[in-house]
Amino acid sequence: MPLAKRIIPCLDVDAGRVVKGVKFVDIRDAGDPVEVAKRYDREGADEITFLDITASSDNRDTMVHVVEQVAAQVFIPLTVGGGIRKVEDIRTLLNAGADKVGINTAAVFNPEFVKQASDKVGSQCIVVAIDAKQVSKAGEPLKWEIFTHGGRKPTGLDALEWAQEMQDYGAGEILLTSMDRDGTKVGFDLELTRAISEAVGIPVIASGGVGTLAHLADGVKIGKADAVLAASIFHFGEYTIQEAKSYMAQQGIVVRS
Amino acid sequence: MSNIAIIDYGMGNLYSVAKAVEYVAGSKDTIIVTSNADEIAASDKVIFPGQGAAKDCMSALQQYDLQSTIIDAANQKPFLGICMGMQVLMQMSEENNGVDCLGVYKGSVKYFGNHLTIGSGDNSYKVPHMGWNCIEQQQSHPLWKDISESSYFYFVHSYFVATENESLIAGTTNYGPTFASVIAQDNVFAMQCHPEKSSQVGLQLLKNFIHWDGSNTVN
Repeated sequence: MPLAKRIIPCLDVDAGRVVKGVKFVDIRDAGDPVEVAKRYDREGADEITFLDITASSDNRDTMVHVVEQVAAQVFIPLTVGGGIRKVEDIRTLLNAGADKVGINTAAVFNPEFVKQASDKVGSQCIVVAIDAKQVSKAGEPLKWEIFTHGGRKPTGLDALEWAQEMQDYGAGEILLTSMDRDGTKVGFDLELTRAISEAVGIPVIASGGVGTLAHLADGVKIGKADAVLAASIFHFGEYTIQEAKSYMAQQGIVVRS
Repeated sequence: MSNIAIIDYGMGNLYSVAKAVEYVAGSKDTIIVTSNADEIAASDKVIFPGQGAAKDCMSALQQYDLQSTIIDAANQKPFLGICMGMQVLMQMSEENNGVDCLGVYKGSVKYFGNHLTIGSGDNSYKVPHMGWNCIEQQQSHPLWKDISESSYFYFVHSYFVATENESLIAGTTNYGPTFASVIAQDNVFAMQCHPEKSSQVGLQLLKNFIHWDGSNTVN
């Protein structure tokens, strides 16, 4: 059996608490990152991604404690993203038990940071998060651009070129989010996903738009993604990770059983 | 009851390794994370993890003056190598334009990119080899106790161990080439994957290590 395609639930964490309504009836505290992470591990999640959405920088240390607590009880890879701007931040998170860190805005404003980070801690720990939006009009050849600030600010950077550049700077993986699809539940932007996956030699995680299990399978089969990330379909109990895996396996996709 | 030393030479985070071992250890087991040669020498069992580039690992071992301590441990007591802790047991690595390693075993460490086509097509592969892949058990071993054939373990690496000594190979994994993902001889068991990140299967392996007497006898 070849390398399994990964399913990665993503948790938003604000000041140490899981937010955006994770609804599980069988855990005591749905806001506790440890409980939620344990639950996903039991269901067969291949990794867990935490997105630190804490607005105040005073609460940065809170995320480190969250990672420590989760890593002491949940033994699958953990990725942490959100607000990472210094190599020191990365070190602290890795020492707390994170396996990878996601760099987003900081990479756009200072690509050298990706290089410094990967030189220090190794490419395998560096996930560059790319938020892309389609900028070509109907009938034109497809083109996507990198946006920051939740998709509000264009950067002028071409998504494909940027992904390749990030690979050259030492990214070990790309977390690709379609800002057109994020939150829509209509499925990944498969053309974007495929274009990026074919443009780089490092793994690509597809994100943004998952509403059904078929979307997850399409991300791998059509989008050529190496992993698929989703939040709400798992959090609200619409589907379990196990159901997602069974579905993908039925579609001929290799998943970890 | 064991006294287990996890070797700290500044390469990668050892928190997860220590926590996973603690998680499966008994209340009478002692687990220390140490770079102290005397403590390593005095321990009953040794775990040798590692992350990062071969050159950095080898210079860190030199800097901490731990090379002979590690070779001695690998010759004497139950020894678990993880990731770079497996690779540097070989003679040399292709990484960083060639790095001499500890040479406990004959064989070398090779770059995936020279042995497969990198890409996203049907017969091409992404590098690093990142994610969950199967280990095919190539010999019966106490550390495989209660672990099914073809179990999934978590891998993250761009280089793999190649050895012509087939009796050394305890597990293989396919990623382009089929490579030695686990080697074992006498009291040494070393794996490319991360048991501390391989969920229940990985915890079982660590548990088996804690209970291992260092022999190859399968009960």
